[in-house]
Amino acid sequence: MPAKFHIHTRLTPPRIRPEGKLGIVDWREDCSSCKNCVKKGCVYGLYRDEADALRDEIGYLDYIYQCKGCLTCVQNCTKNILTRVVNPEYERLGDAYYTPDIVLTTWFQAETGGVPVSGCGYGGPFSGEGFDSMWTDMSEIVRPTRDGIHGREYINTGVDIGRKLGRISFDNGKLRETPPPRLTSPLPLMFDNIEERWAHPPVVSALVNAATELGVFALVSPDRIAKLGTGATGQLVPLITGGGTGSGGQCEQAAMIMIGDSDGVVEAVAACKKENAGRIVAVRLSANKAAAQRVVWLAEQGIEVANVVFDKHGREHEPHQPRHMRDGLREIHGALVKAAIRDEITLVASGGIALPEHMAKAIICGADLVTVDIPLVLAMDCRLCGECERDEQCAVDLAGIDAAYAKSRVVNLMGSWHSQLLEMLGAMGIREARRLRGEVGRCMFFEDLERAAFGRIFGKRKDGK
Amino acid sequence: MTAATKTIPQQAEEFLSHPDFAEVQRVVRNAPPRYRNEMGKYSIHRASTCVSCGKCVEICQYGVHTKPEGYRQVIRPFDYKCIGPECEKSGRFCIANCPQHALSLDENPVFKTLGDCRWTPDLLASNWIMAETGRQPPKHLESQTGNSGGGFDRLRFVFPDKIPSGLRREDISTELLLNKRKNDSRPKIKIDVPWYGGGMSFGSTNIRAQLAKVRAAKAWNTFSCTGEGGYPERFIPYKDYMITQVATGLFGVREETIQRARIVEFKYAQGAKPGLGGHLLGDKNTPAVAAMREAVVGTSLFSPFPFHSVYSIEDHKKHLDWIAHVNRTALLSAKVSTPNDVEMVAVGSYCAGAHIVHMDGSYGGTGAAPNIAKKNIAMPIEYAISNVHQFLVAEGVRDEVTLIVSGGIRNPWDIAKAIAMGADGVVMGTAELVALGCIRCGCCESGRGCARGICTTDDELLQLLTVDWCTQRLINLHTAFRECLVDILYRLGIESVAALRGRTDVLMHLDYQNDKDRKQ
Repeated sequence: MPAKFHIHTRLTPPRIRPEGKLGIVDWREDCSSCKNCVKKGCVYGLYRDEADALRDEIGYLDYIYQCKGCLTCVQNCTKNILTRVVNPEYERLGDAYYTPDIVLTTWFQAETGGVPVSGCGYGGPFSGEGFDSMWTDMSEIVRPTRDGIHGREYINTGVDIGRKLGRISFDNGKLRETPPPRLTSPLPLMFDNIEERWAHPPVVSALVNAATELGVFALVSPDRIAKLGTGATGQLVPLITGGGTGSGGQCEQAAMIMIGDSDGVVEAVAACKKENAGRIVAVRLSANKAAAQRVVWLAEQGIEVANVVFDKHGREHEPHQPRHMRDGLREIHGALVKAAIRDEITLVASGGIALPEHMAKAIICGADLVTVDIPLVLAMDCRLCGECERDEQCAVDLAGIDAAYAKSRVVNLMGSWHSQLLEMLGAMGIREARRLRGEVGRCMFFEDLERAAFGRIFGKRKDGK
Repeated sequence: MTAATKTIPQQAEEFLSHPDFAEVQRVVRNAPPRYRNEMGKYSIHRASTCVSCGKCVEICQYGVHTKPEGYRQVIRPFDYKCIGPECEKSGRFCIANCPQHALSLDENPVFKTLGDCRWTPDLLASNWIMAETGRQPPKHLESQTGNSGGGFDRLRFVFPDKIPSGLRREDISTELLLNKRKNDSRPKIKIDVPWYGGGMSFGSTNIRAQLAKVRAAKAWNTFSCTGEGGYPERFIPYKDYMITQVATGLFGVREETIQRARIVEFKYAQGAKPGLGGHLLGDKNTPAVAAMREAVVGTSLFSPFPFHSVYSIEDHKKHLDWIAHVNRTALLSAKVSTPNDVEMVAVGSYCAGAHIVHMDGSYGGTGAAPNIAKKNIAMPIEYAISNVHQFLVAEGVRDEVTLIVSGGIRNPWDIAKAIAMGADGVVMGTAELVALGCIRCGCCESGRGCARGICTTDDELLQLLTVDWCTQRLINLHTAFRECLVDILYRLGIESVAALRGRTDVLMHLDYQNDKDRKQ
């Protein structure tokens, strides 16, 4: 039996002051300097730690990041001089998709490797766009169940990459056809080729080292691979665009190569395979309304892996009414199933994978695995402030990050995502990530639930959903 | 001295040696907040130019300004009671009437930082006022809906123009029959209000909060629930109002705790972490908790998911038969979450012999749970109610099963909506904790546990609550809830909670065209 996959995480506190959500402001001019200051009684010892840090100059500490917002000090202060506020810097984190909450929870996971836990139920919106309009199923009495993260059963999060034969045949006891190359990733994700503005040498190096430690694959452009020098490993997937075919030994160590889609992509893939025998060659294409048709055609041409790229918020690249990945993937997966060639191509979904639940939901919608990009940079303390886009100085000095620190943070993040995927798979009663693909029966969609529960009572929705 | 006027003891030994301490009365008494600076929507600042003339005390009808007997000066305003600029219309607005212009009114900046989409600041403050006064919340607070953008928050009642003549508020019944099975020898237990308290285990929750929950349940002739942490002896005087829960960890489940109960609840799953089981962190596993759970002190305790003896409805029936055999008079309840096939689960539980099917939706829960589970796993309760009710009707068994729902029931309006959608009654969890001062910071599992003393086993933090204060807050909350519920029924012209069940024709949904003929 192969060894069980486990990610070893270790506490990696942030190297610079992160932004917290809540802070306590005091109006000291009104302070009566009473002997029973509520700050002494902080259950979490934040003020005491703050005083120690100021006195002894020990490391980083920020009570705005660490304040739990319990309000005990605010409500007990004799002179009522304490006020809780939402940190305006916190509200500026991220963007409309990568909300401040997502940035903060990503930092927590990168620091601890743990699963974010809280009490008192769910406090967010009832539903939302895209993946927020899906709920995953759980098993109860009437179906077999699984033990989940703390249980006794091993839940396998590994997935295969490559074409599978529809059938095998023998000639005198020997296989007639050589099975196509196949790779296995212990997690249903790959690291994507991050945007140029973030691709500083220590960042790329950290990502490659983290991918190597985790055993997952990382898409990296050949020029970046060249800069890595001796650190390059078999986990790298050269991402070749502009009509290249991976010649000149640039893909020597790679087990898989990815090239951009084009009119002559089939020929390009053939040329690439000729240059790099035994490698899987994937095709990266833009997600649009024609993507399903294109992926079916690629599969029919013998392409082994299709990487469908949505925009960074998970939407199609369409000027009018772009659909979310949720619907785009379902269409592509459905078209492949209908053509009876689903197992002949691996479907990799990119763009907008911000949380571990997005990974699980994209797989339910039909992807075999996903790629992750922005969360990896968030793990390295990025705030998505956009200053690098404007050629301004990076607020967190990403270029100067210590590669070992960055790697540890990324490994922690993936450790947390792995645990959370186990939680979802366990609840669904599924023991293998492979079996989650296209399992829409283990999922509930907003529009279906609305129709069943409310449609028969209240008629049609005003928004037509 | 009667028991009612005694201070309720905090120690277990005193409880057991004085059964009269278990007496509790359904009486509303003012139960002010336990923090010095209570949170309200507005804050009033009194400048140093105040001469303590007492004008504000004289005109304020909400108790914001007071000058206690023997005091020379007006004390700091209880501004959480202030209704804000609305007061100006009354002519008794302190700001306008202060001769020294020493008072100013602002929105409280802390108030805006409270709560979330589901429990908005207004909903929290409404709950606190109900728990303090036992009355309906004031109109300056949006006390009926949250801001989640779906489910209960988009449902509204359609009240008729005229109320049927002859209907009186005092005649409206809020009773709920928990055993609807025909030809069933077990007691026909009725509770006075269509809700009971959710399970919160010994180990996760302050024992004083647990005691207050069951005392309030006794006062209101309803139930509380042990949760899965065992049955502390302090609960024995209230055994007729305490549900014994049997969960997958079987912590503290013994023959005598099953035989003691009038209702035994099997917890198959819970909404906050459906499909994941329970987890008590090692720090909370004190010697007392470990003794109750027959475990080792300081170790994390997992309640695995699922029951490994139950993989089918037939197994489920064997489970229920086991309890039915051990306790020949108890009603049997099956607590389940809300999976895709929740209708099948509900009808299966009925067939297996459950008197009560308790569905716990995904957005609720009080204990710590992975955020990914709370947001994503299993369906919100609003969907499940409608689907299960219709399915049970179609199967012809709706009138033989009591359908209890939970998972995001925050206030009396949610209760009424849930019943109109098809539930018989509800279970409350978070609403009770909020009444005790929970602000939903969500840090139940951090450090020594809840900093506000509600969900903790830390010796020092336990002292933040007293049993009698908590009891009174909860009795007041139940009273206010019932008053609101009766008001809704009266305005709808419906004479009982039982008659409201399934009356979707009195509801409308803000996101729908509401153009169907919705008469049942």
